[in-house]
Amino acid sequence: MKKMLSGNEAIARGAWEAGCTVAAAYPGTPSTEILENITKYDGIYAEWAPNEKVAAEVVCGASIAGARSLTAMKHVGLNVAADPLFTIAYEGVNGGLVFVTADDPGMHSSQNEQDNRYYSRASKVAMLEPSDSQEAKDYIKDAFEISEKFDTVVLFRVTTRISHSKGLVELGERNEVGVKPYVKDVKKYVMMPAHSRVKHIEVEERLKRLKAYSNDCFLNKIEWGSKNIGIITSGVSYQYAKEVFGKDASYLKIGMTYPLPDLMIKKFAKAVDKLYIIEENEPFIETEVKNLGIDCIGKDFIPLCGELNPDIIRRALLPVEEIQTYSVDVNVPSRPPVLCPGCPHRGIFYAVSKYKDIISSGDIGCYTLGVVQPLGVTDTCICMGASISAGIGIQKASMMAQRNAKVFSFIGDSTFFHSGITGLIDVLYNNSPIVTCILDNSITAMTGHQENPGTGKNAKGEIAAAVDIETMVKAIGFKNIRVVDPYDLATTEAAVKEAYESTEPFVIITKQPCALIKEVQKKRAHLSCSIIEDNCKKCKVCLRTGCPAISFRNGKIVIDKEMCNGCGLCKQVCKFNAIEKVGE
Amino acid sequence: MKETKSILFVGVGGQGIILASKILTEGLVKFGYDVKMSEVHGMAQRGGSVTTQVRFGEKVYSPLIGVGEADVIVSFEKVEAVRWLEYLKPGGTLVVNDYEIYSVPVLVGTEQYPEGIIEKLKAAVPNTKMVDAAKKAEEIGNIKAQNVLMLGTLIKALGLTGLDWESVIGELVDKRFYELNIKALKEGMSV
Repeated sequence: MKKMLSGNEAIARGAWEAGCTVAAAYPGTPSTEILENITKYDGIYAEWAPNEKVAAEVVCGASIAGARSLTAMKHVGLNVAADPLFTIAYEGVNGGLVFVTADDPGMHSSQNEQDNRYYSRASKVAMLEPSDSQEAKDYIKDAFEISEKFDTVVLFRVTTRISHSKGLVELGERNEVGVKPYVKDVKKYVMMPAHSRVKHIEVEERLKRLKAYSNDCFLNKIEWGSKNIGIITSGVSYQYAKEVFGKDASYLKIGMTYPLPDLMIKKFAKAVDKLYIIEENEPFIETEVKNLGIDCIGKDFIPLCGELNPDIIRRALLPVEEIQTYSVDVNVPSRPPVLCPGCPHRGIFYAVSKYKDIISSGDIGCYTLGVVQPLGVTDTCICMGASISAGIGIQKASMMAQRNAKVFSFIGDSTFFHSGITGLIDVLYNNSPIVTCILDNSITAMTGHQENPGTGKNAKGEIAAAVDIETMVKAIGFKNIRVVDPYDLATTEAAVKEAYESTEPFVIITKQPCALIKEVQKKRAHLSCSIIEDNCKKCKVCLRTGCPAISFRNGKIVIDKEMCNGCGLCKQVCKFNAIEKVGE
Repeated sequence: MKETKSILFVGVGGQGIILASKILTEGLVKFGYDVKMSEVHGMAQRGGSVTTQVRFGEKVYSPLIGVGEADVIVSFEKVEAVRWLEYLKPGGTLVVNDYEIYSVPVLVGTEQYPEGIIEKLKAAVPNTKMVDAAKKAEEIGNIKAQNVLMLGTLIKALGLTGLDWESVIGELVDKRFYELNIKALKEGMSV
């Protein structure tokens, strides 16, 4: 049976068909739907871990214990999980072990554009790269086979365009491989120096065997067309190349990106007149081809930055044709992303926006949007968890420079569990009088509402223990903790003022669930705010909250009743009692 | 159909674009085409512009549509039609919803929502089909059905009325909204 599946859905299906029994992940676009879909299959234990390192370590343990196991993460997630990756690469596996990295060329929703093919070379493990949904499903099965055959973890690389585009996939049945027996083997599974030194030699030997495999495995294949042009390509770039050149070129399609098939490359290069390397972002294949002493054309013409598409390839490698299209003389207003109507984060950002002499350290999540005007609070954003630790650095540097050293750090509940907690320990340990604002909206919101250790539900939606953030912060040893409802502006402002004036480390926890959670939407459906026109002085202070439900139209302030969820922040900032709450 | 056809859906997060593309895609699969669909979400969910791309034919390689390559653009919002217009192929069809959604810069008055968009689009693109989808969907019973109404217009424009779209809708939408969506589909097809 054939079914339309996204790359991520296909990976989940492939894992199930391959007899995978343990999966763990932390959500991150574009990888999130992999674990979400795995939870729908019986026969696989699936969990959201607090971060990618933990998820990776869970599946490493499961593999050692004999289970075919898979973890999935976005490209930057592999930075977090790099530590276990490099050592499980030495230990090898028992049950097949696959790490999926979903890279984001074009940075549709990421803070950088890293090419994780380099991780396979750095950690010396095999890498597979599918070029559509069908291959995403098939290659996962091959990845488990290769993992067990060569005693290696397999890195499985997809990109946004593979993860989030759909194609037809032929479905198969599950191959019940069971869980292999575990045999105690400390030389294999305890990486202390004496054991690791032996293992490193084995890893190098394994790479040679993998290279020999790469040279005659079906994952790398030549498709002969016109021999005037030869194209070496991998992943979605293969589809773009086929779209542009069709039968006017021959293709060496790389499905196993590391180690690359050197003999196959030499044979292919010899048979064609002109050799192009078509790949997104880094010249990963190109460098290797050039190292073999083969002339080729790649990044001289094809851009290194941004996502590739057929247009770019056409313009880079074929004679330029004028593109015919339409245009109209209309000034198109921008449509930047924004905190949702009724978003509970708005209250604390509004309260902090009054202080112009602070530095505000942001983090990864919806609340990164605290940077957007008119709130314009956030000054920095690096990576998951960095709000608190970078905040410490900002405070220390400012102190050394004898500038105002007041720092407000903003972090969400899921990010706090991910990697905020260690930074917070440092705040207290190294006595940094910064204000850590933990914005607890009871969900991992930005990636589409995944559960986390604080929500009281697990990945399958079953009831789970809920970790209480306030208790955790107390346990670290914080004395100055305020828990506030961010819909209550007066209390929130009072806490912010107190924190601003404090000379000690300070934590503000805001508690109010995400406005987009279904139950919240249902509960607040009848609530809204509306303008009392007689009282409105059109001072536009309400617009400064940055709520998309409030607008200034035809000389009047208007609140869109459909969008508004009655959070009442605008009512609280209005000095003229011109806003009333309806539906209570 | 030997040649690959490319459909670009554009609009604003929350308008039901992804569901409409999904219904189209499933229908095309039933027709026996090779189909690829690509969507952009993530940050775009938070009030940003949303696009999905559907390509179908005998064999589809790239899931992406290039500038000047879309056979049809279906725009759920007026300004978004202008934003993506350069993707339309010469002689292509533009289906546009007569509906405005203000972005935050417009709401707070730092940017202007342009006037006369439909007239200018009609003057520039001979095959412009204006649909009063939001209003008509509201008349039928729920503004949320505007996505299926737009889809109906697209199906007509593509000449794909011969398929049992009602059963595709039946498989993909909540039973409670089935009747509403069928009405919306028919209304869209009649534009």
